[in-house]
Amino acid sequence: MYNQALPDASLVACPHCDLLQRLPDLAPGASARCPRCNEELWRRREDSLNRTLALTLAALVLYVIANSVPMLGLTAVGHQASTTVFGGAVQLWRDGEEIVAGLVLFAAVIAPGLQIAFMLAIVLGARRERPPTWVGILLRHLPTSRTWSMIEVMLLGVLVALIKIAELATVIPGLALFALGALVFVFAAMQANFDPREVWERIEWAAARARPTAAGDRTVEATP
Amino acid sequence: MSTTVLTAMQQGLQSCEVCGLLSRPAPGEDEGRCPRCDEELVFRKPHSLQRTWAYVIAAAICYLPANLLPVLTTTTAAGPESDTILQGVVLLWSPTGWPLSLIVLFASIMIPSAKILALVYLLITVQRGSVENNEQRIRLYRMVEFIGRWSMVDVFVDAFTASLVQLQPLMSVAPAPGLFFFAAVVVLTMLAVESFDPRLIWDSASSREVRYA
Repeated sequence: MYNQALPDASLVACPHCDLLQRLPDLAPGASARCPRCNEELWRRREDSLNRTLALTLAALVLYVIANSVPMLGLTAVGHQASTTVFGGAVQLWRDGEEIVAGLVLFAAVIAPGLQIAFMLAIVLGARRERPPTWVGILLRHLPTSRTWSMIEVMLLGVLVALIKIAELATVIPGLALFALGALVFVFAAMQANFDPREVWERIEWAAARARPTAAGDRTVEATP
Repeated sequence: MSTTVLTAMQQGLQSCEVCGLLSRPAPGEDEGRCPRCDEELVFRKPHSLQRTWAYVIAAAICYLPANLLPVLTTTTAAGPESDTILQGVVLLWSPTGWPLSLIVLFASIMIPSAKILALVYLLITVQRGSVENNEQRIRLYRMVEFIGRWSMVDVFVDAFTASLVQLQPLMSVAPAPGLFFFAAVVVLTMLAVESFDPRLIWDSASSREVRYA
């Protein structure tokens, strides 16, 4: 059973305190905050889809580099070793810490990859005049992939490990390390330029899809 | 000038957690689906307090072995040696390395304990129906939400140290049992934050028709 949408689409409730309020019409770059709890309700972005697409493609390139070349190398008394991002998880798995290995793999490789893939599909799908429902399905999972994608945390961890090991051996930073450093900034810019509200406002409604007789027109849903 | 606080719930409206659309359940129904994104709608996250308590208590239980058990074992010619999280911080302390040592101390020891305490404080004040310090409590919630992921630093430090230092028979580093509990604390507290519904902080104030300027 679907709920009935309100006729006035600018009426919203704050996700952090449930206060009913009306969203003002914002100029690009401006943001609206909840008067009670100061949560940012909406920030309008200029040219959001194009900029996000460009940044997502940049993130994709950096992601591929970061995961395909060595991240750290080490030489000590004739021995040599190197590791990739993936290698961090593999060694934990070999040492019997399968669950922690899975967590590291998820936070360092899988979640960032999903975040890029979701974002790319969303931005491309949202360029259509009426974005299809699957764009909404991906949009729903985007925050989850963002929560568990921990590139910036991993980078700090790698730097600490690097300094720790530097006392024992000569450490050689690899190309992947620099790619990860750039990826942190590209990810931040990608998120900052994306405006999910803009996509939601144009998306094909689930209720209209379930009842094609409703002409797929959202005003039919909205009129009480 | 003051306005009467009106929440969506008081008006019988549900706001979608996924797409933000405000909608009204069909007459006679308690909950329905979001007409825009198909999400199941509720007024408040179901069993939010119980679930958050469960995650917080589980995290608190794991907190002890996480800090008492070693997280890394270093094997050299002199034999194996194990370090706990705190010993790792001390080892990192040097004339040049002290800033990183402080970062690890902050991320690995202070953040997890502060997170557990903050969540317990939020849970207790919500359960007691507190109407005070709402702004500070929501700020605390946002801080816990924002900062929580950084506790994972130590897991990454240990993972990459272990994967790089494999110079058998000279020297090798392997993870130790404490690492599992430490990672569990991080994940459980993140799940606790996710299952907590911040709107509960404001509900007692809203139901008393408190006015705000």
